[in-house]
Amino acid sequence: MADTMTTEMTHEEAANNRAMFGFWVYLMTDLLMFGVLFAVFAVLHNNTAGGSSGRELFKLKLALIETFLLLTSSFACGLAMIAARQGNKNQVLAWFTVTFVLGVAFLSLELTEFGQLIHDGNTPSSSAFLSSFFTLVGAHGLHITLGLLWMVIVMAYVLARGLSSSMVRKLTMLSLYWHFLDIVWIFIFTIVYLRAFI
Amino acid sequence: MKELLIGKLNWQALPHEWFTLGGAAALLGLGLFLIILITRLKRWKWLWKEWLTTVDPKKIGIMYFIVAGFMLLRGGLDAIMIWLQQALSSGASHGYLSSDHFQQIFTAHGNIMVFFVAMGFVFGLINFIVPLQIGARDLASPFLNTLGFWLYVGGVLMVNMFFLLGGKYAATGWLAVAPLSSTQFSPGVGVDYMIWALQISGVGTTLGAINFIMTILKMRAPGMKLKHIPLFTWGSLCSMIMAVTVFPLLTATLFLLFLDRYAGMHFFTTTGGGNAMMYTNLIWMWGHPEVYVLILPSFGVFSEVVSVFSRKRISSYTSAVLGMIGVSTLALSVWLHHFFTMGAGADVNAFFGLMTMIIAVPTTVLVLTWIATLYKGRIRFTTPMLWFLGFVGTFAVGGMTGVILAQPPADFQLHNSLFLVAHFHTMVIGGVLWGIFAGLTYWFPKIAGFRLNERIGRYAFWCWLIGFWMAFGPLYILGLMGATRRLDHYTNSSWQPFFIVALLGGLVIMAGVVLQIVQIIASFMQRRQLADTTGDPWDGRTLEWSTPSPAPFYNFATIPKVATRDAFWEAKQLGLPERKYEDIHMPRNTASGIYIAALAFLAGFGFVWHITWLIVAAMLGIVVCVIARTFNEDTEYVLPAQEVEKLEHERAQKALARHQDIHTDTFEEMGLREFVRVAIKWVLDVIRNKRWRTL
Ligand code: HEM
Ligand SMILES: [Cu+2]
Repeated sequence: MADTMTTEMTHEEAANNRAMFGFWVYLMTDLLMFGVLFAVFAVLHNNTAGGSSGRELFKLKLALIETFLLLTSSFACGLAMIAARQGNKNQVLAWFTVTFVLGVAFLSLELTEFGQLIHDGNTPSSSAFLSSFFTLVGAHGLHITLGLLWMVIVMAYVLARGLSSSMVRKLTMLSLYWHFLDIVWIFIFTIVYLRAFI
Repeated sequence: MKELLIGKLNWQALPHEWFTLGGAAALLGLGLFLIILITRLKRWKWLWKEWLTTVDPKKIGIMYFIVAGFMLLRGGLDAIMIWLQQALSSGASHGYLSSDHFQQIFTAHGNIMVFFVAMGFVFGLINFIVPLQIGARDLASPFLNTLGFWLYVGGVLMVNMFFLLGGKYAATGWLAVAPLSSTQFSPGVGVDYMIWALQISGVGTTLGAINFIMTILKMRAPGMKLKHIPLFTWGSLCSMIMAVTVFPLLTATLFLLFLDRYAGMHFFTTTGGGNAMMYTNLIWMWGHPEVYVLILPSFGVFSEVVSVFSRKRISSYTSAVLGMIGVSTLALSVWLHHFFTMGAGADVNAFFGLMTMIIAVPTTVLVLTWIATLYKGRIRFTTPMLWFLGFVGTFAVGGMTGVILAQPPADFQLHNSLFLVAHFHTMVIGGVLWGIFAGLTYWFPKIAGFRLNERIGRYAFWCWLIGFWMAFGPLYILGLMGATRRLDHYTNSSWQPFFIVALLGGLVIMAGVVLQIVQIIASFMQRRQLADTTGDPWDGRTLEWSTPSPAPFYNFATIPKVATRDAFWEAKQLGLPERKYEDIHMPRNTASGIYIAALAFLAGFGFVWHITWLIVAAMLGIVVCVIARTFNEDTEYVLPAQEVEKLEHERAQKALARHQDIHTDTFEEMGLREFVRVAIKWVLDVIRNKRWRTL
């Protein structure tokens, strides 16, 4: 391949550099999709069609715990990356395990919340408000699920093949993705949950 | 049980009307013909290894051209059917189509032309040309590229599936406006087919756009700064940046529509608190920029063509680039002009009307730049140049009618009239499509190794130009007379003559298409004489002309060094540097793209017909394929320097032999009469000597 920067970079470095750039662009597209879902929620959040509103349905404490879990998992992910740059394989695995466990905890809380709502008859098809709530929060949850899957694969990878430079790049992408989901969650927490109680 | 196995699919849905049966027969016939042909020629393995699994952007580009070409014929047939109905269906006569068929046809026509013809050709051109223009051997991610292409093919199949498996296509217009597209008003699977066709190909578009942005920004030849990159590449870059910005909006919007339909949610419904207006907003936030995604590469093509065939550098590179950037930035803030009539209020309308008119400014700058390039140039009236000239005049009219539509008071009268239909066809045919034709003719030698026949090309051009104005001129007038779009019947019989002229225009355009096919065949027959032995048939200015034609699979034996604009032109003036060969890293072919796209198609199909097991299985399959792909580290190989040298040497000798060959011939391009004579002779020969057995 044509390496524009062959003079300064090796073939592999150039490839990693491009891949990182591409991943940033991908994250921007994902952000735009979330942007649409947020905008839609903003438009529809009062259209409860005679059903319950967010204030009646949400439990702020639960959302707060979820936030805490996700933030901590992001922190653990950051520690894993520091270990990765130092080439410390065992620490990488350990910190990613922590990240993973916290992520799973977050996801199970979210699913419990969804299950409870649906059980009480507040389903995604009850009202426009609930449609947009479930879709926005659900899309985030889906991203988390895929992230967890990705994490398992990457850990298997590290276990089998160690920490090559392309491996560190893959880990960097994963951690970017994880922080990105964290930021999106902060917005969800503020706009969807906190706002409902103001 | 049945519900579990095949969801809502059933026998009644299978095609049984003449219009779906015809489509099914045509599709199956074409498929069968291809299968028999390939089997007889024993070419399956070759096809799979050399083409279907390829990661070479040039081959992927050619496959885009082929699929988009077929879709042009398919969508063109729809167009003729629409024109015929409208020419017939006046007063007491109701034409030959039911309202329902008519609606499906214009909806399919719109979807196919925008997503599978225009987008297909645009992606094909960018694939083929951009790496060559920036002196790269490949794209940043060869894998994403095949994946994107196959997702596009998945979309193509999906949009035609209703022929084979029945059901109906959407009858909602190409944007599936809400609440018409809700299950309440469109209960069948038509809208679902549309959603998944666009969804699958749309994801391909986003991935492709990311890939091209990475390629253009990160893989240019050493020394090529942003201010040096050729204008087609600039147009492509602007187009792809816009695509990356707006296609996620389309994906999200269609996803919400899907949730409404599949899970009974209430985003755009009339009940449960849904907001249909929001759909209109969201879809046009994508839809307006989309038309500029399509036209920017054409702007790029014209910039190249004008400069090369005037033997001048572009009159002002800076204003061309700024024009393109200006157009693409402004295009993000005008979407509301598509629904001035929907009650946003005077202030909002005024703002968007003004923004829309401002877009005409950078566009005009571009047009003036091209015209100034002609001034004092040594112009060669080749077919690409003819397409350009046809475009300039036509596009100017389209721009002016656009500005008329951009004034809210006028738009209240003209909105959704045939005047609007004429406006956007002026832009899309006169701008996008002719730009693609100009580009294909201009770069054909690089793609195929021989030039296209100019004589027949000129005939085709004139048919298109005259046919276009015959077909759409009357629509402007009809629109002013009050005819709305999408009419399958009208009572005012004084309109009929205009519709008949429009139909005749459509037929003239069709003649143009036939001539283009003839042009390709005739050029193929004379490919030896038309061969481009130098790699630089037009005295070109940019790097793609510095490598032989057709371009070798590694694009450049040695990566060029660039210090100026029009790099190849400068190099020619200074004398080409000596070559020193080096090892080349090449990506390996992969079938993962095909597999993933096939599974995505199956998942989409499952969603259309509510076949849960298929959805789950296909999704899991995709996950497995992606994981397998990421575990594969052996995605490249090295082509040793000696090997490159050997290949280059062989090619040079062949070219030399050819070159001498041509100069001993006195050669004239085949005309139409000659073509018909040769074709008849060939057919007779095949029949007489029973040559089809050996075919
Ligand atoms: C000078 C630049 C342009 C202006 C001022 C302009 C203005 C407009 C306006 C105001 C409308 C909406 C009219 C209505 O619905 O009542 C419209 C529709 C449209 N324009 Fe343009 N336009 C311009 C360039 C283009 C270009 C370059 C393209 C395509 C390459 C294009 C494609 C379309 C399409 C496809 C539609 C309508 C689609 C539909 O309603 O289904 N326009 N234009
Ligand atoms: Cu527009």
